[in-house]
Amino acid sequence: MSGSWSDMVLAVCVSIAAFVVAASIVCVLLRVLIGPSRADRVVALDLLAICIVGLVACLAMIDDVPALLDVALAVSVLGFLATVGFARYLERADEPSAARTLDSTATDREA
Amino acid sequence: MSTVFALAAGLCAVTGSFFFAIAALGVLRLPDTLTRMHAATKAGTLGAGLLLAATAFTFASLEITIRVMAIIGFLLLTAPIAAHLIGRVAWRLIDEKNTN
Repeated sequence: MSGSWSDMVLAVCVSIAAFVVAASIVCVLLRVLIGPSRADRVVALDLLAICIVGLVACLAMIDDVPALLDVALAVSVLGFLATVGFARYLERADEPSAARTLDSTATDREA
Repeated sequence: MSTVFALAAGLCAVTGSFFFAIAALGVLRLPDTLTRMHAATKAGTLGAGLLLAATAFTFASLEITIRVMAIIGFLLLTAPIAAHLIGRVAWRLIDEKNTN
């Protein structure tokens, strides 16, 4: 193993990166708490899933466990599916009848 | 060679966390839903991609690199779709508030 000083530099950089990502997760959670509309909360939850992917990548570097990358892939898939589900729910939530399609509500609004 | 990889990994890790901090600051401080979405999607995807690239530089093996490239490709594919869906919902909410 050549260059132990560079490994020390890498460890310090990864620790700083993990701390910054954790602080940004706290900021995103504040937006989840205070978000005025429901769309704001969904945006913040989407960013929260991506932040967790970054934090898991940092943990894989710190603990030297490459299997944590599978966790990162699973969290990114779950975050995407959760965002799609929340978006579909928010589109359907404001309609008077759940059986109506999007086109019928559009024509109702025009009429 | 491992020195170069370690330094590149450290640079990528610090830069990626910096972009995560920008994304979180934008989500916390920007005034509108659509501007917050703009900050969250682009800067967050770039930060996650840089941190995963730092992981690939750290381990420096072929299968880890392939896995990291798969995760980055998945993020680049799904982030615009999710942003489009949320943006349509946010626009509809704004539109209904203005018409009523």
